[in-house]
Amino acid sequence: MEQGKIVKVAGPLVVAEGLIESKMYDLVRVGAEGLMGEIIEMRGDRASIQVYEETEGLGPGDPVDATGAPLSVELGPGMLESVYDGVQRPLDVLERMAGAFLARGVTAPGLDREKLWEFTPTVSAGQRVTGGDIIGTVQENVVIEHRIMVPPSVSGTIADIAPGAFTVTDAVGHLKTDAGETVALTMMQVWPVRMARPYARRLSASEPLTTGTRVIDTFFPIVKGGVACIPGPFGAGKTVTQHQIAKWSNAEVVIFIGCGERGNEMTDVLMEFPELVDPYSGEPLMKRTVLVANTSNMPVAAREASVYTGITMAEYFRDMGYNVVLQADSTSRWAEAMREISGRLEEMPGDEGFPAYLGTKLAAFYERAGKVECLGVDGETRTGSVSVVGSVSPPGGDLSEPVVQNTLRVVKVFWALQDQLAFQRHFPAIDWLTSYSLYLDKVAPFWKTEVSEEYRGRRDQCMAILQRENELAEIVRLVGLEALSPEEQILMETAKSIREDFLQQNAFRDDDQFSSLKEQDLLLKTILLFHERAIEAHAAGAALKDIFVAPVRERITRAKYLGPEDIDQYESIASDIETQLVGGGTDEDARAVYAGGER
Amino acid sequence: MREYMTTRDIVGPLLLIESVTDVTYGELVELEYPDGTKSLGNVLEVNGDVALVQAFEGTRGSNPSGTKAKFLGRSLELGVSRDMLGRVFDGLGRPNDGGPEIIPDKRLSIYGSPINPTARDFPDDFIQTGVSAIDGLNPLVRGQKLPIFSGSGLPHNELAAQIARQAAVLARSAQADAVGEKLEGEFAVVFAAMGITFEDADFFTQEFRTTSAIERAVLFLNLADDPAVERIATPRMALTAAEYLAYECDMHVLVILTDMTYYCEALREVSAARKEVPGRRGYPGYLYTDLATIYERAGRVKGRAGSITQVPILSMPDDDKTHPIPDLTGYITEGQIILDRNLHRRGIYPPVAVLPSLSRLKQKGIGPGKTREDHADLSNQLFGAYARGLQAKELAVILGEAALSDTDKAFVAFADAFEDRFIRQGKHEERSVAETLALGWELVALLPRAELKRIKDEYVAKYLPAETEA
Ligand SMILES: Nc1ncnc2c1ncn2[C@@H]1O[C@H](COP(=O)(O)OP(=O)(O)O)[C@@H](O)[C@H]1O
Ligand SMILES: [Mg+2]
Repeated sequence: MEQGKIVKVAGPLVVAEGLIESKMYDLVRVGAEGLMGEIIEMRGDRASIQVYEETEGLGPGDPVDATGAPLSVELGPGMLESVYDGVQRPLDVLERMAGAFLARGVTAPGLDREKLWEFTPTVSAGQRVTGGDIIGTVQENVVIEHRIMVPPSVSGTIADIAPGAFTVTDAVGHLKTDAGETVALTMMQVWPVRMARPYARRLSASEPLTTGTRVIDTFFPIVKGGVACIPGPFGAGKTVTQHQIAKWSNAEVVIFIGCGERGNEMTDVLMEFPELVDPYSGEPLMKRTVLVANTSNMPVAAREASVYTGITMAEYFRDMGYNVVLQADSTSRWAEAMREISGRLEEMPGDEGFPAYLGTKLAAFYERAGKVECLGVDGETRTGSVSVVGSVSPPGGDLSEPVVQNTLRVVKVFWALQDQLAFQRHFPAIDWLTSYSLYLDKVAPFWKTEVSEEYRGRRDQCMAILQRENELAEIVRLVGLEALSPEEQILMETAKSIREDFLQQNAFRDDDQFSSLKEQDLLLKTILLFHERAIEAHAAGAALKDIFVAPVRERITRAKYLGPEDIDQYESIASDIETQLVGGGTDEDARAVYAGGER
Repeated sequence: MREYMTTRDIVGPLLLIESVTDVTYGELVELEYPDGTKSLGNVLEVNGDVALVQAFEGTRGSNPSGTKAKFLGRSLELGVSRDMLGRVFDGLGRPNDGGPEIIPDKRLSIYGSPINPTARDFPDDFIQTGVSAIDGLNPLVRGQKLPIFSGSGLPHNELAAQIARQAAVLARSAQADAVGEKLEGEFAVVFAAMGITFEDADFFTQEFRTTSAIERAVLFLNLADDPAVERIATPRMALTAAEYLAYECDMHVLVILTDMTYYCEALREVSAARKEVPGRRGYPGYLYTDLATIYERAGRVKGRAGSITQVPILSMPDDDKTHPIPDLTGYITEGQIILDRNLHRRGIYPPVAVLPSLSRLKQKGIGPGKTREDHADLSNQLFGAYARGLQAKELAVILGEAALSDTDKAFVAFADAFEDRFIRQGKHEERSVAETLALGWELVALLPRAELKRIKDEYVAKYLPAETEA
């Protein structure tokens, strides 16, 4: 391989000359320590290289070695439960090699080369296979069966294949291509991160990705294969919301990218996930999780690469037929990494100094999400999905800035966090008035069959109440609550109940952090029942004051803490509502009034 | 040594030096100007045989023909030792208290290395600062970075000094409802001043002296009339000393960095001189990354006894929290304590704006065994009630007190009492967390029982003071 020489060093950017045969996005080794770098611009025989480690101590004349291959990730058994940096270096291994602090030039392969995996073939010699076909399985851990696939561009006839214990680089068998070549089949694939992995075709996604977070699932749902963004100022709840989704969503595999954020947040995941039990599998959550941790103080170029490393891994699990959810926290830090590199390249800046291609890059990234029919022709067709949730950290919370704006052009769900809500400790601080989900109609059929006929209607009714509350609040601010009609006052009270008893959800309370769709529906049903009965009771002569202090309200407030095993409690709350909300006269009178109603 | 007299351009704090060989990025440079002035510098960029050098101590006295540049083949380092305790250094780590040079145990690059996320230990030891607005609502834990967002004229120094004076860690107590005793441990304070006035710096030195905290303090001072670019090195000097004390001498180190705003301005000055494309308000686009390399040096490391807790202070230009300096800081730190001019005007000390303040690490630092079982719920309730009280007060301003419902009136009374009794306290008043919690319960008792929605019933039953009047 050719060798070049450094001519310039400016922070994470190094310029080298003499790299003539190398190509754009090729990986190179920089300096005597062989620091990882990637070619990102070529002018004449000068190549600009972004370096994934600190460049201190490098200078003109230092060598740069070409590798001839693009920046890639290793895909195969052993990814789950791992924690990688932005270019897939296993951080736990680096810690064992170099100690508590990251040291330059210390590196290790993404997949363990020694570990033996028990491989069980699912094809036999003589069988024809093409790219994407599953040739065998490895039980990677108790939760995930790792399906070993033929690499996308390979096809031919299986020459031999055998069960047994293999390392990821051992040949588990061989394949003869149509051209007569023999190709070794290994459990590891290597894939360039900046290239989307192929699939047979894109499918329209309509099954909700349930997260257990009520405001998301009921009001602004995302689907398996969908894309969502969560912008908000610092402290509004981006990270906690993303952690909630990583913990409780019904995806099979979770990729969490800590992109330029806090070290302690990664530690939090690393310490908590192995302890938490996945409600779907009953096993520790870490078993379905891959962590990519390139924190804010780690090299900025590796931060730029981290989102690509993460999404390539996500696509790989999708190709096996899994539903994957990928979280990027925060995409703004990724965009800033691009800006920093672009600045060093002295490119013409666009808005706020971001490169002009910011929008294109963001769109291309989110476009790698989706539900697909997987490559491969074995057996029945497989589908898999990648859902992407990206947080955005706008400067000063200003949503007009370029990263938010470019993101909104491509995502279908917008969870808008509001600092005012966070200040009141209304969590999740997702603003119900400005957030939206374009998947609402898509999930409606699923809701109808799997939750209830009325769920969607209840959701819409609550949304209408909240919107009306906002209008009325303006009047209250100017002339006081007394100016509202009794019905309006009841509506205000119901809106408050929706906010406090449904929307507010404490991520740190065991009995609150997760609600199933059924529970969410029952909770709405209960709140709306109170609303209707309150209106009727008032019409029948009950004083608002008395209605609002009905003892059952305490039970409604606490209903969100009920577990799935207490579903019958909702019935008893409903009957409390019926008995406590009566008109001005005796119970019998009230019943009579109700009976005359349209019920 | 490679020494050159080939300076071509001098722009602000930068020098462009030609015909150099073997220069590396980040290399330390000793500059000597024709009038005899000396300055340390480092290489910001090297392109062929041209090096761009930033002069930490400025370029006054330099000229192209008479400037001598010596490239030292290493990066800027600090010689560290336990003997630094009790000493005062300048912004570049040179003794300026008249005492002897430090005989270093080792020399460390001031840029440090990132902690591997897998090697971090999650900070969860509650620090009792004795300040209710912090302990009760936005508690500090060991290894956290919790800045004070302030403004000119606000008592951030007093608050930081009070924290440094009173900070104590409690022993874990086995019972859920018991609060532990104060723990003794080896404790140190590292103080870095960037661009603050002599008076402000003197306030801290006097404070450390009178409490004899000076013996376990290390001070790095770059004052308002010291070279601005030196400020870029000062916090890194301080953190290098802190890392040594924490991770090699097993001490719990509290690092106070003040004022981060002047640090950022120095960075902007260099960036402008380099003609870089600016981000918001002229600050460089890499300000976030740069600040992260400072703030992320707080924390705990598995298997090591010590810890680094950071309390950076920054003054918000125009009291504007969305200004890039507080904004980017808040995006990196684990919360923020915001001081409020209105509370200050009304004579409330410490004037902590409770609602926008935040401690992100509190969930793991409080609760049974650490403080008390009811702490989280109670603090949640205090937040909610105070927010509601303030809203009701706003309504009352427009519509008159009479227009409020009885419940809202109770919330107004609560909010007033909360500011007056909970937030307000003496500069030398040290409240134990048990006292702070008791005070909180006294205050929530002003509210109708049914409004205590955020507290578990069992805690209400256990801790709510018995009704005194009807
Ligand atoms: N769902 C929630 N339940 C309880 N507290 C929350 C919730 N979401 C956020 N918080 C609180 O807000 C703080 C900041 O949240 P975080 O997600 O870290 O904000 P961001 O990532 O937007 O800066 C958390 O430390 C926590 O105290
Ligand atoms: Mg966050």
